[in-house]
Amino acid sequence: MIKTQNLTKNYDGLLAVDDLTFTVEPGEVLGFLGPNGAGKSTTMRMLAGFITPTSGTGSICGHDISADPLAAKAALGYLPEGAPHYGEMTVGGFLDFIADLRRLEGAHRKTRLDYVIGRLQLEPVIAQTIETLSKGFKRRVGLAQAIVHDPKVLILDEPTDGLDPLQKHEVRTLIGEIAREKTIVISTHILEEVDAVCTRAIIVARGKLVADGTPEALKARAPSGRLEDVFRAVAA
Amino acid sequence: MKTVRIILRRELASYFATPLAYVVIVIFLLLANLFAFFFGALYERGQADLTPFFTFLPWLYLFLIPAVSMRLWAEERRNGSIELLLTQPITLWQAVLGKFLAAWAFVGIALALTFPIWLTINYLGDPDNGAILAAYLGSLFIAGGFLAVGSFTSSITRNQLIAFLIAVLLCFLLLMAGYPVVTDFFQRWAPQWLVDGVASLSFLAHFENIIKGVLDLRDVLYYALVTIFFLLASTVVLDHRKSK
Repeated sequence: MIKTQNLTKNYDGLLAVDDLTFTVEPGEVLGFLGPNGAGKSTTMRMLAGFITPTSGTGSICGHDISADPLAAKAALGYLPEGAPHYGEMTVGGFLDFIADLRRLEGAHRKTRLDYVIGRLQLEPVIAQTIETLSKGFKRRVGLAQAIVHDPKVLILDEPTDGLDPLQKHEVRTLIGEIAREKTIVISTHILEEVDAVCTRAIIVARGKLVADGTPEALKARAPSGRLEDVFRAVAA
Repeated sequence: MKTVRIILRRELASYFATPLAYVVIVIFLLLANLFAFFFGALYERGQADLTPFFTFLPWLYLFLIPAVSMRLWAEERRNGSIELLLTQPITLWQAVLGKFLAAWAFVGIALALTFPIWLTINYLGDPDNGAILAAYLGSLFIAGGFLAVGSFTSSITRNQLIAFLIAVLLCFLLLMAGYPVVTDFFQRWAPQWLVDGVASLSFLAHFENIIKGVLDLRDVLYYALVTIFFLLASTVVLDHRKSK
Protein backbone atom coordinates (compact mmCIF):
# COMPACT_ATOMS: atom_id res chain seq x y z
CA MET A 1 0.00 0.00 0.00
CA ILE A 2 1.12 3.53 -0.78
CA LYS A 3 0.11 6.58 1.20
CA THR A 4 1.03 10.20 0.76
CA GLN A 5 0.09 12.92 3.22
CA ASN A 6 0.33 16.58 2.10
CA LEU A 7 3.36 15.64 0.02
CA THR A 8 5.04 18.81 -1.25
CA LYS A 9 8.19 19.58 -3.22
CA ASN A 10 9.44 23.09 -3.72
CA TYR A 11 12.44 23.53 -6.04
CA ASP A 12 13.80 26.99 -5.21
CA GLY A 13 10.39 28.62 -5.47
CA LEU A 14 9.02 26.31 -8.15
CA LEU A 15 6.21 24.31 -6.58
CA ALA A 16 6.57 20.97 -8.40
CA VAL A 17 4.30 18.96 -6.11
CA ASP A 18 1.68 20.83 -4.12
CA ASP A 19 0.08 19.22 -1.07
CA LEU A 20 -0.64 15.82 -2.63
CA THR A 21 -2.62 13.36 -0.52
CA PHE A 22 -3.73 10.00 -1.85
CA THR A 23 -3.75 6.29 -0.99
CA VAL A 24 -3.29 3.30 -3.25
CA GLU A 25 -4.56 -0.06 -1.97
CA PRO A 26 -3.22 -3.52 -2.78
CA GLY A 27 -4.83 -4.86 -5.95
CA GLU A 28 -5.10 -1.40 -7.45
CA VAL A 29 -3.25 -0.32 -10.58
CA LEU A 30 -3.19 3.44 -10.39
CA GLY A 31 -2.64 5.43 -13.55
CA PHE A 32 -0.79 8.62 -12.65
CA LEU A 33 -1.67 11.13 -15.36
CA GLY A 34 -0.83 14.72 -16.07
CA PRO A 35 0.81 16.98 -18.61
CA ASN A 36 4.60 17.13 -18.79
CA GLY A 37 5.97 19.02 -15.82
CA ALA A 38 2.90 18.38 -13.68
CA GLY A 39 4.95 16.74 -10.93
CA LYS A 40 4.47 13.05 -11.76
CA SER A 41 8.15 12.10 -11.76
CA THR A 42 8.89 14.31 -8.76
CA THR A 43 6.16 12.54 -6.77
CA MET A 44 7.48 9.14 -7.77
CA ARG A 45 11.05 10.11 -6.96
CA MET A 46 10.01 11.22 -3.48
CA LEU A 47 8.18 7.93 -2.87
CA ALA A 48 11.21 6.00 -4.13
CA GLY A 49 13.51 7.88 -1.76
CA PHE A 50 15.58 9.59 -4.44
CA ILE A 51 14.61 13.11 -3.43
CA THR A 52 13.47 14.44 -0.09
CA PRO A 53 10.05 16.11 0.25
CA THR A 54 10.02 19.78 1.24
CA SER A 55 7.11 18.97 3.53
CA GLY A 56 4.52 16.28 4.04
CA THR A 57 5.31 12.60 3.95
CA GLY A 58 4.60 9.28 2.33
CA SER A 59 4.81 5.61 3.18
CA ILE A 60 5.34 2.30 1.40
CA CYS A 61 3.62 -0.65 3.12
CA GLY A 62 3.48 1.40 6.31
CA HIS A 63 7.19 2.32 6.24
CA ASP A 64 7.61 6.07 6.31
CA ILE A 65 9.85 7.25 3.46
CA SER A 66 11.63 9.78 5.69
CA ALA A 67 11.77 7.95 9.02
CA ASP A 68 12.54 4.45 7.71
CA PRO A 69 13.80 4.83 4.13
CA LEU A 70 15.57 1.46 3.94
CA ALA A 71 12.45 -0.54 4.84
CA ALA A 72 10.39 1.57 2.43
CA LYS A 73 12.89 1.00 -0.39
CA ALA A 74 13.10 -2.72 0.37
CA ALA A 75 9.34 -3.07 -0.10
CA LEU A 76 9.39 -1.15 -3.35
CA GLY A 77 10.27 -1.90 -6.97
CA TYR A 78 11.00 1.26 -8.91
CA LEU A 79 11.57 2.00 -12.56
CA PRO A 80 12.99 5.54 -12.88
CA GLU A 81 11.99 7.73 -15.80
CA GLY A 82 14.00 6.86 -18.90
CA ALA A 83 15.13 3.56 -17.35
CA PRO A 84 18.71 4.64 -16.52
CA HIS A 85 21.29 1.87 -16.50
CA TYR A 86 24.95 0.98 -16.18
CA GLY A 87 25.86 0.77 -19.86
CA GLU A 88 29.12 -1.08 -19.42
CA MET A 89 27.52 -3.97 -17.49
CA THR A 90 26.09 -7.08 -19.11
CA VAL A 91 22.39 -7.75 -18.59
CA GLY A 92 23.22 -10.82 -16.50
CA GLY A 93 25.83 -8.97 -14.45
CA PHE A 94 23.47 -6.08 -13.81
CA LEU A 95 20.60 -8.30 -12.64
CA ASP A 96 23.03 -10.17 -10.38
CA PHE A 97 24.12 -6.84 -8.89
CA ILE A 98 20.52 -5.86 -8.14
CA ALA A 99 19.76 -9.34 -6.74
CA ASP A 100 22.83 -8.92 -4.48
CA LEU A 101 21.66 -5.52 -3.22
CA ARG A 102 18.16 -6.93 -2.69
CA ARG A 103 19.68 -9.81 -0.73
CA LEU A 104 18.10 -12.56 -2.83
CA GLU A 105 19.72 -15.86 -1.96
CA GLY A 106 19.76 -19.55 -2.79
CA ALA A 107 16.95 -21.23 -4.67
CA HIS A 108 14.65 -18.22 -4.34
CA ARG A 109 17.23 -16.04 -6.05
CA LYS A 110 17.55 -18.44 -8.96
CA THR A 111 13.78 -18.76 -9.30
CA ARG A 112 13.33 -14.99 -9.35
CA LEU A 113 16.16 -14.35 -11.82
CA ASP A 114 14.91 -17.12 -14.12
CA TYR A 115 11.41 -15.71 -13.89
CA VAL A 116 12.28 -12.11 -14.82
CA ILE A 117 14.72 -13.16 -17.54
CA GLY A 118 12.14 -15.50 -19.05
CA ARG A 119 9.16 -13.22 -18.56
CA LEU A 120 10.86 -10.20 -20.12
CA GLN A 121 12.55 -12.33 -22.80
CA LEU A 122 16.06 -11.30 -21.92
CA GLU A 123 17.79 -14.66 -22.64
CA PRO A 124 19.10 -13.67 -26.08
CA VAL A 125 20.91 -10.59 -24.69
CA ILE A 126 21.93 -11.87 -21.26
CA ALA A 127 25.68 -11.66 -22.03
CA GLN A 128 25.48 -8.37 -23.94
CA THR A 129 26.43 -5.04 -22.40
CA ILE A 130 23.38 -2.88 -21.77
CA GLU A 131 24.67 0.07 -23.84
CA THR A 132 24.54 -2.10 -26.99
CA LEU A 133 20.84 -2.91 -26.55
CA SER A 134 17.85 -1.38 -28.32
CA LYS A 135 15.61 1.00 -26.42
CA GLY A 136 13.00 -1.71 -25.96
CA PHE A 137 15.47 -4.12 -24.41
CA LYS A 138 16.88 -1.41 -22.13
CA ARG A 139 13.37 -0.69 -20.87
CA ARG A 140 12.79 -4.39 -20.23
CA VAL A 141 16.07 -4.64 -18.28
CA GLY A 142 14.80 -1.71 -16.19
CA LEU A 143 11.52 -3.51 -15.57
CA ALA A 144 13.37 -6.71 -14.68
CA GLN A 145 15.37 -4.95 -11.96
CA ALA A 146 12.16 -3.39 -10.61
CA ILE A 147 10.36 -6.71 -10.13
CA VAL A 148 13.21 -9.16 -9.49
CA HIS A 149 12.70 -9.11 -5.69
CA ASP A 150 8.94 -9.60 -6.04
CA PRO A 151 8.11 -6.30 -4.28
CA LYS A 152 4.68 -5.64 -2.79
CA VAL A 153 4.65 -2.15 -4.28
CA LEU A 154 5.67 -1.14 -7.79
CA ILE A 155 6.23 2.39 -9.03
CA LEU A 156 6.88 2.56 -12.75
CA ASP A 157 7.66 5.90 -14.39
CA GLU A 158 6.54 5.62 -18.01
CA PRO A 159 7.15 1.88 -18.32
CA THR A 160 6.08 1.63 -21.96
CA ASP A 161 7.79 4.77 -23.25
CA GLY A 162 9.81 3.97 -26.36
CA LEU A 163 8.41 0.48 -26.82
CA ASP A 164 6.81 -0.73 -30.05
CA PRO A 165 3.12 -1.72 -29.98
CA LEU A 166 3.91 -5.39 -29.47
CA GLN A 167 6.22 -4.68 -26.55
CA LYS A 168 3.72 -2.22 -25.06
CA HIS A 169 1.13 -4.98 -25.13
CA GLU A 170 3.58 -7.39 -23.48
CA VAL A 171 4.35 -4.97 -20.64
CA ARG A 172 0.66 -4.28 -20.05
CA THR A 173 -0.03 -8.02 -19.92
CA LEU A 174 2.80 -8.41 -17.42
CA ILE A 175 1.41 -5.63 -15.22
CA GLY A 176 -2.06 -7.18 -15.37
CA GLU A 177 -0.60 -10.54 -14.43
CA ILE A 178 1.20 -9.40 -11.30
CA ALA A 179 -1.39 -6.80 -10.30
CA ARG A 180 -3.64 -8.98 -8.22
CA GLU A 181 -1.78 -8.92 -4.93
CA LYS A 182 0.35 -5.84 -5.55
CA THR A 183 0.04 -2.10 -5.29
CA ILE A 184 1.08 -0.53 -8.59
CA VAL A 185 1.46 3.05 -9.76
CA ILE A 186 2.33 3.77 -13.36
CA SER A 187 2.78 7.19 -14.83
CA THR A 188 1.92 7.61 -18.45
CA HIS A 189 0.72 10.14 -20.92
CA ILE A 190 -0.81 7.48 -23.15
CA LEU A 191 -4.46 7.65 -22.18
CA GLU A 192 -5.37 4.35 -23.87
CA GLU A 193 -3.00 2.69 -21.38
CA VAL A 194 -5.33 3.72 -18.57
CA ASP A 195 -8.13 1.72 -20.15
CA ALA A 196 -5.85 -1.19 -20.80
CA VAL A 197 -4.33 -1.70 -17.33
CA CYS A 198 -5.53 0.74 -14.71
CA THR A 199 -8.27 0.20 -12.17
CA ARG A 200 -8.11 3.82 -11.11
CA ALA A 201 -6.55 7.02 -12.34
CA ILE A 202 -5.56 10.32 -10.83
CA ILE A 203 -4.73 13.42 -12.80
CA VAL A 204 -2.29 16.03 -11.53
CA ALA A 205 -1.73 19.48 -12.97
CA ARG A 206 0.80 22.03 -11.67
CA GLY A 207 1.54 19.71 -8.78
CA LYS A 208 -2.06 19.53 -7.57
CA LEU A 209 -4.45 16.60 -7.67
CA VAL A 210 -7.31 17.60 -9.99
CA ALA A 211 -9.18 14.34 -10.60
CA ASP A 212 -9.38 10.91 -8.98
CA GLY A 213 -11.58 7.95 -9.91
CA THR A 214 -12.04 4.78 -11.91
CA PRO A 215 -11.49 5.19 -15.65
CA GLU A 216 -15.27 4.82 -16.13
CA ALA A 217 -16.12 7.45 -13.53
CA LEU A 218 -13.61 9.87 -15.04
CA LYS A 219 -14.96 9.34 -18.54
CA ALA A 220 -18.49 9.99 -17.35
CA ARG A 221 -17.44 13.52 -16.46
CA ALA A 222 -17.22 14.52 -20.12
CA PRO A 223 -20.31 14.69 -22.28
CA SER A 224 -18.37 12.85 -24.98
CA GLY A 225 -17.44 10.05 -22.59
CA ARG A 226 -13.82 10.26 -23.67
CA LEU A 227 -10.90 10.37 -21.25
CA GLU A 228 -9.01 12.79 -23.49
CA ASP A 229 -11.70 15.41 -23.09
CA VAL A 230 -11.73 15.03 -19.32
CA PHE A 231 -7.94 15.28 -19.29
CA ARG A 232 -8.00 18.46 -21.33
CA ALA A 233 -10.72 19.99 -19.20
CA VAL A 234 -9.02 19.43 -15.83
CA ALA A 235 -5.35 19.72 -16.81
CA ALA A 236 -5.52 22.91 -18.86
CA MET B 1 29.33 -4.14 5.33
CA LYS B 2 27.99 -6.63 2.79
CA THR B 3 26.29 -3.83 0.88
CA VAL B 4 29.57 -1.91 0.76
CA ARG B 5 31.27 -5.01 -0.64
CA ILE B 6 28.62 -5.46 -3.34
CA ILE B 7 29.00 -1.84 -4.45
CA LEU B 8 32.80 -2.07 -4.29
CA ARG B 9 32.79 -5.15 -6.55
CA ARG B 10 30.53 -3.62 -9.18
CA GLU B 11 32.44 -0.37 -9.16
CA LEU B 12 35.87 -1.99 -9.46
CA ALA B 13 34.66 -4.18 -12.34
CA SER B 14 33.32 -1.09 -14.11
CA TYR B 15 36.80 0.50 -14.00
CA PHE B 16 38.16 -2.38 -16.01
CA ALA B 17 35.18 -2.45 -18.37
CA THR B 18 36.43 0.71 -20.05
CA PRO B 19 39.85 1.51 -21.54
CA LEU B 20 40.28 4.35 -19.03
CA ALA B 21 41.58 1.98 -16.35
CA TYR B 22 44.27 0.56 -18.60
CA VAL B 23 45.26 3.98 -19.90
CA VAL B 24 45.62 5.33 -16.35
CA ILE B 25 47.65 2.31 -15.23
CA VAL B 26 49.98 2.47 -18.23
CA ILE B 27 50.56 6.22 -17.86
CA PHE B 28 51.08 5.81 -14.13
CA LEU B 29 53.67 3.07 -14.60
CA LEU B 30 55.48 4.92 -17.40
CA LEU B 31 55.74 8.13 -15.41
CA ALA B 32 56.57 6.40 -12.14
CA ASN B 33 59.50 4.63 -13.80
CA LEU B 34 60.55 7.73 -15.69
CA PHE B 35 60.61 9.82 -12.52
CA ALA B 36 62.39 7.19 -10.48
CA PHE B 37 65.12 6.27 -12.94
CA PHE B 38 65.55 9.39 -15.04
CA PHE B 39 64.79 12.43 -12.89
CA GLY B 40 65.35 10.68 -9.60
CA ALA B 41 68.66 9.18 -10.76
CA LEU B 42 67.87 5.96 -8.95
CA TYR B 43 70.96 4.27 -10.40
CA GLU B 44 73.38 7.15 -10.37
CA ARG B 45 73.00 8.10 -6.74
CA GLY B 46 74.34 4.70 -5.79
CA GLN B 47 72.07 4.13 -2.79
CA ALA B 48 69.95 1.05 -2.34
CA ASP B 49 66.61 2.67 -1.55
CA LEU B 50 63.51 3.94 -3.37
CA THR B 51 63.56 7.53 -2.11
CA PRO B 52 63.53 9.08 -5.62
CA PHE B 53 60.50 6.98 -6.56
CA PHE B 54 58.51 7.85 -3.46
CA THR B 55 59.49 11.53 -3.59
CA PHE B 56 57.87 11.94 -7.00
CA LEU B 57 54.85 9.77 -6.25
CA PRO B 58 52.67 12.49 -4.64
CA TRP B 59 53.19 14.70 -7.71
CA LEU B 60 52.16 11.91 -9.99
CA TYR B 61 49.12 11.28 -7.80
CA LEU B 62 48.21 14.95 -8.05
CA PHE B 63 47.03 14.41 -11.63
CA LEU B 64 46.30 10.71 -11.84
CA ILE B 65 44.18 10.33 -8.72
CA PRO B 66 41.66 13.02 -9.75
CA ALA B 67 41.48 11.26 -13.14
CA VAL B 68 40.44 8.10 -11.33
CA SER B 69 38.01 9.76 -8.93
CA MET B 70 36.37 12.29 -11.26
CA ARG B 71 33.84 9.77 -12.54
CA LEU B 72 32.77 8.42 -9.13
CA TRP B 73 29.59 10.51 -8.81
CA ALA B 74 29.66 12.88 -11.77
CA GLU B 75 29.17 10.03 -14.22
CA GLU B 76 26.33 8.47 -12.23
CA ARG B 77 24.57 11.80 -12.12
CA ARG B 78 25.09 12.50 -15.80
CA ASN B 79 23.70 9.20 -17.05
CA GLY B 80 20.98 9.02 -14.41
CA SER B 81 22.11 5.71 -12.90
CA ILE B 82 22.46 7.50 -9.56
CA GLU B 83 18.65 7.30 -9.32
CA LEU B 84 18.79 3.54 -9.83
CA LEU B 85 21.54 3.15 -7.23
CA LEU B 86 20.09 5.38 -4.52
CA THR B 87 16.60 3.88 -4.73
CA GLN B 88 17.99 0.47 -3.80
CA PRO B 89 17.80 -0.35 -0.09
CA ILE B 90 21.21 1.17 0.71
CA THR B 91 22.37 4.21 2.66
CA LEU B 92 24.28 7.10 1.10
CA TRP B 93 27.27 6.34 3.29
CA GLN B 94 27.41 2.74 2.05
CA ALA B 95 27.41 4.00 -1.54
CA VAL B 96 30.08 6.63 -0.86
CA LEU B 97 32.27 4.15 1.00
CA GLY B 98 31.85 1.35 -1.54
CA LYS B 99 32.75 3.61 -4.43
CA PHE B 100 35.71 5.07 -2.58
CA LEU B 101 37.06 1.64 -1.64
CA ALA B 102 36.77 0.50 -5.27
CA ALA B 103 38.79 3.50 -6.44
CA TRP B 104 41.30 2.88 -3.68
CA ALA B 105 41.64 -0.78 -4.65
CA PHE B 106 42.19 0.31 -8.23
CA VAL B 107 44.98 2.70 -7.24
CA GLY B 108 46.38 -0.06 -5.01
CA ILE B 109 46.59 -2.34 -8.02
CA ALA B 110 48.42 0.35 -10.01
CA LEU B 111 50.81 0.93 -7.11
CA ALA B 112 51.44 -2.79 -6.72
CA LEU B 113 52.38 -2.96 -10.39
CA THR B 114 55.44 -0.81 -9.66
CA PHE B 115 57.01 -3.88 -8.06
CA PRO B 116 59.68 -4.21 -10.80
CA ILE B 117 61.31 -1.06 -9.37
CA TRP B 118 61.48 -2.80 -6.02
CA LEU B 119 62.85 -5.96 -7.64
CA THR B 120 65.49 -3.88 -9.44
CA ILE B 121 66.73 -2.24 -6.28
CA ASN B 122 66.84 -5.59 -4.50
CA TYR B 123 68.83 -7.05 -7.37
CA LEU B 124 71.28 -4.17 -7.36
CA GLY B 125 71.80 -3.82 -3.64
CA ASP B 126 70.54 -4.62 -0.19
CA PRO B 127 67.82 -2.09 0.69
CA ASP B 128 65.85 -1.83 3.91
CA ASN B 129 62.70 -3.62 2.75
CA GLY B 130 60.84 -2.78 5.93
CA ALA B 131 61.31 0.91 5.20
CA ILE B 132 60.20 0.37 1.59
CA LEU B 133 57.05 -1.41 2.76
CA ALA B 134 56.31 1.48 5.14
CA ALA B 135 56.74 3.95 2.28
CA TYR B 136 54.43 1.90 0.06
CA LEU B 137 51.78 1.90 2.80
CA GLY B 138 52.24 5.63 3.27
CA SER B 139 51.78 6.15 -0.48
CA LEU B 140 48.55 4.21 -0.30
CA PHE B 141 47.36 6.50 2.50
CA ILE B 142 48.15 9.61 0.46
CA ALA B 143 46.27 8.08 -2.46
CA GLY B 144 43.30 7.46 -0.14
CA GLY B 145 43.30 11.09 0.99
CA PHE B 146 43.42 12.36 -2.60
CA LEU B 147 40.69 9.94 -3.67
CA ALA B 148 38.42 11.15 -0.88
CA VAL B 149 38.99 14.73 -2.07
CA GLY B 150 38.16 13.51 -5.60
CA SER B 151 35.01 11.79 -4.37
CA PHE B 152 33.93 15.07 -2.81
CA THR B 153 34.56 17.17 -5.95
CA SER B 154 32.85 14.51 -8.07
CA SER B 155 29.76 14.75 -5.86
CA ILE B 156 29.35 18.50 -6.37
CA THR B 157 29.13 18.45 -10.19
CA ARG B 158 27.92 16.33 -13.05
CA ASN B 159 30.83 17.55 -15.18
CA GLN B 160 33.80 15.22 -14.89
CA LEU B 161 36.28 17.80 -16.16
CA ILE B 162 35.25 20.27 -13.46
CA ALA B 163 35.44 17.50 -10.86
CA PHE B 164 38.96 16.73 -12.10
CA LEU B 165 40.20 20.32 -12.06
CA ILE B 166 38.83 21.21 -8.63
CA ALA B 167 40.27 17.98 -7.24
CA VAL B 168 43.71 18.85 -8.65
CA LEU B 169 43.50 22.30 -7.09
CA LEU B 170 42.39 21.02 -3.66
CA CYS B 171 44.99 18.26 -3.67
CA PHE B 172 47.67 20.76 -4.63
CA LEU B 173 46.71 23.00 -1.71
CA LEU B 174 46.78 20.01 0.64
CA LEU B 175 50.17 18.95 -0.67
CA MET B 176 51.66 22.39 -0.34
CA ALA B 177 49.92 23.52 2.85
CA GLY B 178 53.19 23.57 4.81
CA TYR B 179 55.18 25.42 2.16
CA PRO B 180 55.64 29.13 1.52
CA VAL B 181 53.39 29.08 -1.56
CA VAL B 182 50.43 28.50 0.77
CA THR B 183 51.64 29.75 4.15
CA ASP B 184 52.68 33.15 2.74
CA PHE B 185 49.11 33.74 1.79
CA PHE B 186 47.98 33.19 5.38
CA GLN B 187 51.01 34.84 7.00
CA ARG B 188 49.91 38.30 5.89
CA TRP B 189 46.67 38.41 7.80
CA ALA B 190 46.09 35.31 9.87
CA PRO B 191 47.22 34.77 13.46
CA GLN B 192 50.18 32.48 13.95
CA TRP B 193 48.12 29.59 15.33
CA LEU B 194 46.08 29.51 12.13
CA VAL B 195 49.22 29.56 10.00
CA ASP B 196 50.60 26.67 12.02
CA GLY B 197 47.28 24.88 11.79
CA VAL B 198 47.21 25.18 8.03
CA ALA B 199 50.84 24.16 7.79
CA SER B 200 50.18 21.04 9.80
CA LEU B 201 47.64 19.98 7.19
CA SER B 202 50.38 19.48 4.62
CA PHE B 203 50.35 16.10 2.93
CA LEU B 204 54.01 16.45 2.07
CA ALA B 205 55.19 17.26 5.57
CA HIS B 206 53.54 14.07 6.81
CA PHE B 207 54.94 12.15 3.88
CA GLU B 208 58.55 13.14 4.55
CA ASN B 209 58.73 10.90 7.60
CA ILE B 210 57.10 8.08 5.71
CA ILE B 211 59.61 8.23 2.86
CA LYS B 212 62.34 7.71 5.42
CA GLY B 213 60.56 4.53 6.40
CA VAL B 214 59.08 5.87 9.62
CA LEU B 215 55.41 5.01 9.69
CA ASP B 216 54.28 7.14 12.62
CA LEU B 217 50.80 6.53 13.96
CA ARG B 218 50.18 10.29 13.98
CA ASP B 219 50.86 10.53 10.25
CA VAL B 220 48.59 7.57 9.54
CA LEU B 221 45.90 9.09 11.72
CA TYR B 222 46.25 12.36 9.86
CA TYR B 223 45.63 10.76 6.46
CA ALA B 224 42.75 8.71 7.86
CA LEU B 225 41.10 11.84 9.27
CA VAL B 226 41.46 13.76 6.00
CA THR B 227 40.00 10.77 4.11
CA ILE B 228 37.04 10.37 6.44
CA PHE B 229 36.41 14.10 6.46
CA PHE B 230 36.12 14.30 2.68
CA LEU B 231 34.05 11.11 2.45
CA LEU B 232 31.62 12.57 4.99
CA ALA B 233 31.61 15.80 2.98
CA SER B 234 30.67 13.77 -0.13
CA THR B 235 27.80 12.21 1.79
CA VAL B 236 26.58 15.59 3.02
CA VAL B 237 26.71 17.05 -0.51
CA LEU B 238 24.81 14.10 -1.99
CA ASP B 239 22.23 14.30 0.77
CA HIS B 240 21.85 18.02 0.27
CA ARG B 241 21.25 17.53 -3.45
CA LYS B 242 18.39 15.16 -2.64
CA SER B 243 16.55 17.88 -0.78
CA LYS B 244 17.37 20.82 -3.01
